[in-house]
Amino acid sequence: MSTLSRRAVLQAGGALVVAIALPRLVPVVDAAAPAMPALPDPSQLDAWLAVLPDGSVQAFFGKMDMGHGIEIAIAQIVAEELDVDIERVSIVMGDTARTPNQGGASGSTGISNGAKPLRNAAAEARRLLVEAASREWDVPVARLAVAQGMVSVIGEPARSLSYAALVGGRKFNAPVEWNKSVGNAMDVKVKAQPKARGAYKLVGQSLPRRDVSGKVFGTRDFVTDLRVPGMLHARMIRPPKAGQVVGHVDSAALTTKYPQVQVVQDKDFLAVVAPREWLAVKAARELKVEWRPDTAQKPWPGHDGLHAWIRKAPVLKRDDALRKGDVEAAFAQAARVVDAEYEWPLQSHACMGPACAVADVRGDRATVWTGSQKPHSVRDGVAKLLGMPIEAVHTIWVMGPGSYGRNDAGDAAMDAVWLSKRLGKPVRVQGMRHDGTAWDPKGPACVHRSRAALDAQGKVIAWDFTSRGLSRVGVSFNEADPRDTLAGQSLGMPLPTDIGFGAPSESYGFANKRQAWEVVPPLQERYSPLRTSHLRDPLGPEVHFGSEQFIDELALATGQDPVAFRLANLTAPRDIAVVKAAADRCNWTPRVKPVIRSKKQDAVLTGRGMAYATRAGTVVAVVIDVEVTPATGRVWARRVTVAHDCGLVVNPRGLVQTIEGNVIHGLSRTLFEEVQFDADTVRSVDWASYPILEMQDAPEAVDVVLLDSAQSDPSGAGEPTIRCVPAALANAFYDATGVRLRRAPFTPARVKKALQSRSRKA
Amino acid sequence: MATVHFTLDGKAVTAEADEDQPLLYLLRDELGLNNPHFGCGLAQCGACTVHLDGEPLRSCVAPASIVEGKTVTTIRGLGTPEHPHPVQQAWADEQVPQCGYCVNGWIMTAAALLRKNPKASDAELRAGLAGLKCRCGTHLSIMRAIKRAQARLA
Ligand code: FES
Ligand code: FES
Repeated sequence: MSTLSRRAVLQAGGALVVAIALPRLVPVVDAAAPAMPALPDPSQLDAWLAVLPDGSVQAFFGKMDMGHGIEIAIAQIVAEELDVDIERVSIVMGDTARTPNQGGASGSTGISNGAKPLRNAAAEARRLLVEAASREWDVPVARLAVAQGMVSVIGEPARSLSYAALVGGRKFNAPVEWNKSVGNAMDVKVKAQPKARGAYKLVGQSLPRRDVSGKVFGTRDFVTDLRVPGMLHARMIRPPKAGQVVGHVDSAALTTKYPQVQVVQDKDFLAVVAPREWLAVKAARELKVEWRPDTAQKPWPGHDGLHAWIRKAPVLKRDDALRKGDVEAAFAQAARVVDAEYEWPLQSHACMGPACAVADVRGDRATVWTGSQKPHSVRDGVAKLLGMPIEAVHTIWVMGPGSYGRNDAGDAAMDAVWLSKRLGKPVRVQGMRHDGTAWDPKGPACVHRSRAALDAQGKVIAWDFTSRGLSRVGVSFNEADPRDTLAGQSLGMPLPTDIGFGAPSESYGFANKRQAWEVVPPLQERYSPLRTSHLRDPLGPEVHFGSEQFIDELALATGQDPVAFRLANLTAPRDIAVVKAAADRCNWTPRVKPVIRSKKQDAVLTGRGMAYATRAGTVVAVVIDVEVTPATGRVWARRVTVAHDCGLVVNPRGLVQTIEGNVIHGLSRTLFEEVQFDADTVRSVDWASYPILEMQDAPEAVDVVLLDSAQSDPSGAGEPTIRCVPAALANAFYDATGVRLRRAPFTPARVKKALQSRSRKA
Repeated sequence: MATVHFTLDGKAVTAEADEDQPLLYLLRDELGLNNPHFGCGLAQCGACTVHLDGEPLRSCVAPASIVEGKTVTTIRGLGTPEHPHPVQQAWADEQVPQCGYCVNGWIMTAAALLRKNPKASDAELRAGLAGLKCRCGTHLSIMRAIKRAQARLA
């Protein structure tokens, strides 16, 4: 570190400030853009923090707040370490020119991973500022104190220097030890020691969010609201049936009728562009396209035949994610075997609005405004698509209409970029509703085969759980490669071949245990509306729908209460604590078989069920109190209890609301959501054909117990709860009705049918 | 093209619209308003809701000509940070939004609902909010906010 002495600074500039590490006084914002802008260098403290001339602090966060309130949480962490007023800390998020590539919003790691380098950087900045003051006064660091961005000599209040005076408006020019990771694992080591938790004043408080006012008074711009001078509006035209390719396009008829409209076609990439949005919408509807079948495309199995198709499909890859003991030997000795299969449908992100992006490609530079939760990946993908260095692509994240994984946002960005390049003008692309529902990447459908071996005393001696389904990365979970986007695929780029799935995450101590998964080929090779990718908690709800229902089935098959069974078999202390906490909070009463609490057809049946799971250090148990109306098939999760341990809690209120959102999203997916399709057409195109949970079906109460194990580092909260919801609801339904629902979603029609076949059997 | 004259968030405006142009595109495209939002274009979600003479209207399916001589209020005209509508204030107090894209539909619908029925019961609220979507799942915060607004209006 090149540190200038105080004298050198005074001689050089004469200003009454101390440049703590800086030969030149460089403004934080460079006035003139250099020939090719340098990307933030994570090994420099300045990449993480800046103190502005007025002493306010900017922190540069390479992830984003997608609505869970982590912006304020990050500000709390930075202000805590720096000892500045929280009001003086602002967070710059998701701008590739200003933030290191921390992987964007990903895997609920916003706090657990994302805050780490910022916490260290803030602690280091404080250390350097105190050292600078120490040199300035020739007073040892031990005699200095910091409060509210002022360093002062203890007991001599007259001797104090503000951060603004010490470094405001200039760079630290100090190195930090970057671990060379890019993405979620990016971190830096510093000389400073961050504060002990006992000293926290801001971390742990429910401070209010900063984005609320703009959203409530309609003053905040979403990505859909951006207007760039000279911008054109585009709508993409997708093939209506599986595998179709573009044949003749009657552009002439359209442009004769609307002279301002342009049609852009490159292979199967097809769009209409107009100066006004409504004109683009109309033109997209009216363009006549002759679609040609792709002879290689086999008919889809349809949503009703999908699980039979998955069972029969060839296995591209099998992975025995967990193997313990000798499962086969245990089954050979079993006195009794319990088995069951569970089915989960294809699901859509179906974000609140279809994705939107604005791109401006000019000469050797590109600027992209996107709602994608991974703007750095968009940058990398755009650079590949255009053949530019990544430094030439500036991607700016702007809040879009929600995002819960790899939704349609990355596709919109790539489409806008291609159109802007072709037309030499800024282009805004927004989808219509069917683009957001029928054409977003889907959460994979799957089948779970579960079996357990019991000995003569009814003890579980082996557990065997195998999932088989579509890949979680049929297209990658980000847009860093155009081949993973609709633009790349419609332009004819070769396909990526990623395979991935997942396994239950729990700590049951069965002596012999196997968790395996098998991935089957995609329903359609390229440019597919049914391609699969990450949807909130990838494979979490899907897999635990099977595994945690099966735990209940096992408990009841051996005459045990499902909570007692979990407590008896779990091994991790935090897992046991969370299951206990949920059971205590809702006054769980043991149950070993369903007690049908009403027999009349029009009556409401009540029951309760539990599920638990872990996810990357977070532990959750959910209890659902359900009401089932057999006459209508309505299933209402009236009351939900959640016990949640994600280590140190930074902002309890934000955390509780994040958990509530998980519960609602989980209920919606379990009760209503299934992408419907037939042999060649996706039938789920809007909210009528892809219904989600509305207010009538929201729980009356979600009661959250936060187990703040402040000794553990914070882990994630954006996804863990949702993985418990489907099985908790299925277990509650069984408790209420004595009927197992092993296929999601629990639509009224399916529920009525299941209950009728029970009463016929009875 | 047809010319329409109406009052928009308290100001008299005159604008040109295609015969078939929905009000949403008039407001956004021609008048440069960033609220309401496009969510579905099919009257299925509420993201585009405005008040037409005080009644909630899904502007994505209403023809622009419907506003002739009438008063349109958007969420920006409903209240401001300095003079918030009680429902907006309650939304802020309860920190309701996640992504916030849906907020328009809920606030505009709830404001109209509470004006007619300030003491609406839980069941009446749930029925009155039918059809509105929130993909982030803020429904519990929404109910808390509406109850807070009811308490303030009482
Ligand atoms: S956009 Fe108008 S109701 Fe959805
Ligand atoms: S807050 Fe995102 S859709 Fe409601």
